[in-house]
Amino acid sequence: MTQHQKTAISENMTIYNAAEQKTMLLKALGECEELDLDLSQVSEMDTAGFQILLLTKREALKANKTVRLTAHSKPVTELLDLYNMASYFGDPMVIPAKEHATENQTKHKNK
Amino acid sequence: MDAIQQAYVVEGRELLQMMEDNLLQMESNGGDPDTINSIFRAAHTIKGGAGVIECMFIVEFTHVLENVLDEMRSETIKPSPELVEVLLECSDHLGTLLGCVESEAEPTDEVNKVSASLREKLQHYLGQPAESTQKIVLSEPKLHASGGGEMETDNWHISLRFGPDVLRKGMDPSSFIRYLLELGQIVHLTTLPDAMPDADEMDAESCYLGFEISYQSDADKARIESVFDFVRDDCLIHIWPPHSKLADFISSIETLPEDTMRLGEILIKSGALTQKELDIALNAQADQEQEEGSSAQPKIGDVLVNQGAVTAELVDAAAAKQGKVAEKKTLESQLIRVQAAKLDQLIDLVGEMVIASAGANMLARKSGESALVESTSVITMLVEQIRDSALQLRMVQIGETFTRFQRVVRDTSRELGKDIELVIRGSEAELDKSVVEKLGDPLMHLVRNALDHGIEPPEARTAKGKAARGTLTLNAYHESGSIAIEIIDDGAGMNREKILNKAREREIIGPTQTLTDSEIFGLIFEPGFSTADKITNISGRGVGLDVVKRNITALRGSVEVESREGQGSTFRIRLPLTLAIIDGFLVGVGKSSYVIPLGTVVECIELSEKDREETLKHQYINLRGEVLPFVRLREQFEISEKGGKRENIVVVQYAGQKIGLVVDELMGEFQTVIKPLGSIFKHIKGIGGSTILGSGEVALILDVQSLVALTTAQQNRGHTSEAVRV
Repeated sequence: MTQHQKTAISENMTIYNAAEQKTMLLKALGECEELDLDLSQVSEMDTAGFQILLLTKREALKANKTVRLTAHSKPVTELLDLYNMASYFGDPMVIPAKEHATENQTKHKNK
Repeated sequence: MDAIQQAYVVEGRELLQMMEDNLLQMESNGGDPDTINSIFRAAHTIKGGAGVIECMFIVEFTHVLENVLDEMRSETIKPSPELVEVLLECSDHLGTLLGCVESEAEPTDEVNKVSASLREKLQHYLGQPAESTQKIVLSEPKLHASGGGEMETDNWHISLRFGPDVLRKGMDPSSFIRYLLELGQIVHLTTLPDAMPDADEMDAESCYLGFEISYQSDADKARIESVFDFVRDDCLIHIWPPHSKLADFISSIETLPEDTMRLGEILIKSGALTQKELDIALNAQADQEQEEGSSAQPKIGDVLVNQGAVTAELVDAAAAKQGKVAEKKTLESQLIRVQAAKLDQLIDLVGEMVIASAGANMLARKSGESALVESTSVITMLVEQIRDSALQLRMVQIGETFTRFQRVVRDTSRELGKDIELVIRGSEAELDKSVVEKLGDPLMHLVRNALDHGIEPPEARTAKGKAARGTLTLNAYHESGSIAIEIIDDGAGMNREKILNKAREREIIGPTQTLTDSEIFGLIFEPGFSTADKITNISGRGVGLDVVKRNITALRGSVEVESREGQGSTFRIRLPLTLAIIDGFLVGVGKSSYVIPLGTVVECIELSEKDREETLKHQYINLRGEVLPFVRLREQFEISEKGGKRENIVVVQYAGQKIGLVVDELMGEFQTVIKPLGSIFKHIKGIGGSTILGSGEVALILDVQSLVALTTAQQNRGHTSEAVRV
């Protein structure tokens, strides 16, 4: 098992590619301890794609591994923000309720 | 509807039937603990299942029903006739709600009104104020202030749980959320991926997301709801306006799938609740529980404060389950649900096996080897046993159909102001499942007739010296290869003169024609025939009995009537036990064999030489002074082999028309299994199916009805005996 692996997702993360990408990502995760995901080429992401990212992150957390999303493309950032899940991927620690609420109030209200 | 929903609807209807039977029993015998328990468990299971398929309108409705039933279990509420009536209405309404699930539609306003009014009636028995914690804001036009206070937030709260097929249907949760942004601001959003299963089970194309959204908007509720129009069927949606009733909110959350604790946390996080409010709610419910001393409702308070409540529920569930096991054992029936198609396939194969073994048997006999003959006859015997067993599988007891009439008799006799008791006999008699299904409508009609026209009102009965309570008896028994079903009433019977006169009036019979009693009573099945002086909304129009007769004839059965004026009438339906086997008469033409349904055969005559010559000249023969048109099967089916010296003619009839079928050999009676013809052969006139003889040959079964029609048409056109192209 390699320590650190980098892989890029070259296609859109939509329902059309979701099943394939699920297999690919879980396999890549299985082969290393730390996985960097380059998302710069992802020009479209829908909920199915988002779920795949979610699944990968969750599996990593379960196996005590690390998954890092890098070079988020704009569509990716937008969806993660919409779903308020950026922190889930960025920082595994739980933010106390009050702080989070204020932070997000400003975030969403500014849209 | 997916498989789970389908299974739920089927199971739900069975439970409702059981609930109804028990309620009727409770009405006549008073409520014993077992019956009440049984009703409670039925409601409980329906509610639980509804939660699984996320059908909230059923969960909400059944929740109150369950509470009432629970109180009846603990004897806090005693059964009364009015209560039973309300419970019966509830059980009917649940049937309607199941229908909504089946047609995959939300309940209409009408349906919701009935839900609300029944809930109110039930609340009355619970002794709680009409506004309780059960109402869901979605169905309320206005908000009332009630105990529990209002929420401090002035935001809407939207709770979404998207169903698994949302993505597959081409929709995406993100688009709905973006749409919300156009109408207002999202103050806080929490994404809930709790429904996502393990990596192996996770389907990349299914949706597992839910959302809790705090939302600020000037739009009204309808507008916000309309955002989700396209996904309404595939998503659990709860929308709470600002300042919603706190208690309302909390109780609604209990119906959401996630862990209540987690939800409480999320709600605080998203600003929907403050910690203070949550605490108020918890305390309020804790007080209520202490007051009532019952644990009927699951309460957040208990979950959050005392994990032991969960254990209490588990214990309860285990106890209920044990009760269920005991009940099942007393029922003494272990059932397996099987798809009808699989059963039919099995029966087909068994049919093939019967034919194959007959063939083997014949070959064995030809070979003369005694050991082989014995062996094949053992096989034949086993095959026949398997055949009988397989056909048995499709048999169901008619008792199931009969008991459904208890409700009909009860309701209809009340409607008519009569006192009628239903007696059921012979409910263990079995018949084919498809026959039972088709029998339902005719039976219903005959029962309603008996209730409406047959049995007199109590005053009329006592005046005649009869008991005020009339009796309607449903009876079923087997008789020489068929099953007989009787509908017997001890009512007014039928007036033979009245029927005769009416028939003469409508010129169904001639003025001097004499008929036997059974023929006279049989006239009531003529279309449009009615001797009723008034038409009620139940019967009397004269459109029912002929349909009944037609339906029964379609099942290859017959119906007859016996009646004694002043004493009552008996309607008797006779049906063959299975539809697939017919009694036939085997004939030979050239090298081919044909089967003529025995029921259509009138007589067989040898065609003398003289007659043969006649047939070449005319298209009819002289049968004892009667004109008999005929068909030469050889010509009809273009059989090329030369005929033998002898020809025979089989006289058949259909619907009063007689024709003759000219054949070579007569080979005797023959019981056989009908095999349908392939679709290519459907247009061939004169053939209604096929079967396989012991020799392995195929014999075609004649469709006498079409042959008769064909021949009479030919006659009318004045054709000579030319072969008709098929």
